[in-house]
Amino acid sequence: MASWPVLSIITFLPLLGAALIMALPQSEAGVRNMRWTALWTSLITFAISLFILVYFDPKNPGFQLIERAEWIPGTGILYQKGVDGISLWFVLVSTLLTPICVVAVWESIKTRVREFLVALLVLETMMVGMFTALDLILLYVFFEGVLIPMFLIIGVWGGQRRVYAAFKFFLYTLLGSVLMLLAILAMYLKTGTTDLVVMLHSPFDRELQMWLWLAYFASFAVKMPMWPVHTWLPDAHVEAPTAGSVMLAAVLLKMGGYGFIRFSLQMLPQASEYFAPFMFALSIVAIIYTSLVALAQTDMKKLIAYSSIAHMGLVTLGIFTFNQRGIDGAIYQMLSHAIVSGALFLCVGVVYDRLHTREIARYGGMARNMPRYALVFAIFMLASVGLPGTSGFIGEFLALVGAFEVNRWAALLATTGIILSAAYMLVLFRRLFFGDITKDDVRAMPDLSWRELSFFAPLLALTLWMGVYPSTFKDLIDPAVAQIVEHQQQATGHAPRTAAVAPVAVEASR
Amino acid sequence: MTALPEFGIALPEIIFAVLAMVLLMVGTFGRERSTGLVSWLSVASCIVVGFLVVATDKERATGFEGLFIVDRFAAFMKVLVLIGSGLSIIISLGYLDREKLRRPEFPVLILLATLGMLLMISANDLISLYVGLELQSLALYVLAAFHRDVLRSTEAGLKYFVLGALASGILLYGATLVYGFTGTTSFDKLAALHPADGVHAVGLLIGMALVATGLIFKVSAVPFHMWTPDVYEGAPTPVTAMFAIAPKVAAMALLVRLMMSAFGPLAHQWQIVILVISVMSMALGGYAAIVQRNIKRLMAYSSIANVGYILLGLAAASERGVQSVLIYLTIYLFMTGGAFAVILAMRRGGQMVEQLSDLAGLSQSRPMLALAMTIFMFSLGGIPPLAGFIGKIYVFRAAIDAGNLAATATIANAFYVAAGLGAAISVVSMFYYLWIIKIIYMDPPAAPLDRPAGRALTGAVLVTALFTLLFTFAPLVGPVVSWADAAAQSLVR
Repeated sequence: MASWPVLSIITFLPLLGAALIMALPQSEAGVRNMRWTALWTSLITFAISLFILVYFDPKNPGFQLIERAEWIPGTGILYQKGVDGISLWFVLVSTLLTPICVVAVWESIKTRVREFLVALLVLETMMVGMFTALDLILLYVFFEGVLIPMFLIIGVWGGQRRVYAAFKFFLYTLLGSVLMLLAILAMYLKTGTTDLVVMLHSPFDRELQMWLWLAYFASFAVKMPMWPVHTWLPDAHVEAPTAGSVMLAAVLLKMGGYGFIRFSLQMLPQASEYFAPFMFALSIVAIIYTSLVALAQTDMKKLIAYSSIAHMGLVTLGIFTFNQRGIDGAIYQMLSHAIVSGALFLCVGVVYDRLHTREIARYGGMARNMPRYALVFAIFMLASVGLPGTSGFIGEFLALVGAFEVNRWAALLATTGIILSAAYMLVLFRRLFFGDITKDDVRAMPDLSWRELSFFAPLLALTLWMGVYPSTFKDLIDPAVAQIVEHQQQATGHAPRTAAVAPVAVEASR
Repeated sequence: MTALPEFGIALPEIIFAVLAMVLLMVGTFGRERSTGLVSWLSVASCIVVGFLVVATDKERATGFEGLFIVDRFAAFMKVLVLIGSGLSIIISLGYLDREKLRRPEFPVLILLATLGMLLMISANDLISLYVGLELQSLALYVLAAFHRDVLRSTEAGLKYFVLGALASGILLYGATLVYGFTGTTSFDKLAALHPADGVHAVGLLIGMALVATGLIFKVSAVPFHMWTPDVYEGAPTPVTAMFAIAPKVAAMALLVRLMMSAFGPLAHQWQIVILVISVMSMALGGYAAIVQRNIKRLMAYSSIANVGYILLGLAAASERGVQSVLIYLTIYLFMTGGAFAVILAMRRGGQMVEQLSDLAGLSQSRPMLALAMTIFMFSLGGIPPLAGFIGKIYVFRAAIDAGNLAATATIANAFYVAAGLGAAISVVSMFYYLWIIKIIYMDPPAAPLDRPAGRALTGAVLVTALFTLLFTFAPLVGPVVSWADAAAQSLVR
């Protein structure tokens, strides 16, 4: 156990950096200092966040590094933080991607640099705060607080239709999350506490569970986003600046999946079981439909945005299998997607910075003049498709195996999504990189600079590491998931839905 | 009966009245030169009396034959009102200078209105209620028309007066009905009356409804809100700021005390009515604000929506409900006061500007002012981690709690539905708050606003913005919540 509050420090350190940036003078040197301050703040935060791994006990499936203090007196609302094997990875993804985003926008954001960096650092605080919160109200504060910096990032530094996209993003997600707030308050009034750890073991009666489940569903389905409430995502992604897209895809979407696991699965097991077929249906529609939509896109960012929705469909499918493999796969898929789609948006950013267009047709033949870029793009593209040896494979495979154990047809249909994803990704790659260069401005584009390589390198390494040696990550995830599965089975009073393979799953988790 | 009533119980009010008179004299003899002095002394009076209120804080005591009551609830509300009035005077200083309205009557009128509010808060009888209310209203009518050479201002004053007098009349008529059917005007006796004496007479209910109508007019809730946008738009901006905060707190305090103590046993009769008014106010405030182009009108609708949320807490008719009202009012005071301070800083070429489009590009010309306005707007929309969020949680908690404890399933469902609607409508309101932020941050800059805004005004913006930003942190939210809890307990026993 740590004797110092690691989680609080990594939550609030970025705010300190933001305050520093606010104090810097507005001059050329000042702007440079702002960038360096942001970079160092986020790097130090990342370095400190690695201490979580040092202190974390992989064998303990519960919450660790708990910090607890009274927050609002007389209400039972706490300031409580902690991580388990699931949330800790999301924390690390958030702290890793923030410095990468700072570097990625080093040259592309030229106006209102101060505000941008402050928004980015505030965003980091909100994300880390959300994944480490162990109190429902505290969690909600961060969950919704994310909207403020993200709204500004999209609305101020975005593309042509940025205002529309920012409003749509904000109001869509807000409508979902206010219903979640009511659900939280209802649970609070039932139990008299907002302590998430207590809540995980408080059984609610079945009828209440149904209502609560629907309220949480409204929130997380929008955040995820699931078909048919996904329409804000392509707009937000397309209009957001590169760093905004990266954060949106890599971390904000994961809040939905994390929420489904924490709230729906862990707190409302009976309702989750009842609604599982519904979730399966929506997931499969999402996988197939959005993959087909992705095939038809002419805008790079939109294509990747739709592919994100499809991948998130696989995640919800995995979560609602209620078995070890499915949930493991869903979590792994979320982590992999965070790295890979984040990287893909960075890749788009690279050419967008050079040519200021996202039209696929405006490019072509870039493998000739930008070989390094082509290689980087290819690896992330293949990871997104789920090629064995990359991070994408592990998650997809586990989620599909989990689904197969529960419902073969669902697994079969979901697998077609994988094929489609290969189709649209390979088509994208061919149109961008192969063939002859027909346009002079494309020919004139320089290959990746050292700055760009510097932020792709860690993501590349992680993608391959996660694909080749998943145990590093799975060893921490498995015990937490095993506990969730066990809890689910006790609560619903069912024998494991995967009786034949359950012993294997438990053994794998040891 | 003693020869002299217990003056000690009303010591803060008496001192406040004396101070107001003294300042009136200073103003009368010092003429226009003394405006600054009188203003600052008025602020000082508010502060001194505020401390006096806290120092003489009692669990519960009545005086003047039961007309006047002092309890934790009154102390809490009085402090809020005094903060609101002090803030209004501070932010009006620069305005009076530039509009050539430097008259010492202005701060003195605010003090007299504030005195009326203090009496309203401590009213424990329909008679003292009316006296306090009228003292407040008369001073406010004059203030609304203070810019007497401007047509809009005189129109606002007249409108406010005519409609306000109508509301006072309705209230008085209700009071006579209550007296006629029960034989008493004392809140305590009214509370003790039912239900054993079989006083569920229709006359009493009508009387109660009419008294409540008068007060609902004063807090500008739907359907008695029509005067609000016009008066807010027409009145001089510092007066509008004042209208939006202090009288609202006082009238709400009066409404809460009346409903919870005098008509407390009739809660099942009025709960649903207040609930319906609450939802209608939220909805109207939310939707009607969207089409506004004048920021003062927009703030008027925003205040109607906020009153809707506060009434949701009152509708719960419980200790938690009252606590939520107190917390929401505290937060509302700071964020609305702050927003008006920013509006007062909107001057271009020496003229006040008040169209939304005048805020365009504020983020580039005045980044700190823009940031403060953004904080207020997100807070008014109830987005965490800003203060407004805490208000929303408490109100919704009270509503859901009332639903859980309701006697019948119909009432329970009404509360659940109201909470759901309130949450959904808060998204609608968020649209226009976002729209202001969009104008500030995303529109091409209009001509820059005048600088400097004045030190007092800047200070007010800074303090309110910091309060709104940092309220969620434990050292700030803790004491407020605890105190509100104690205040609510002293009212609901």
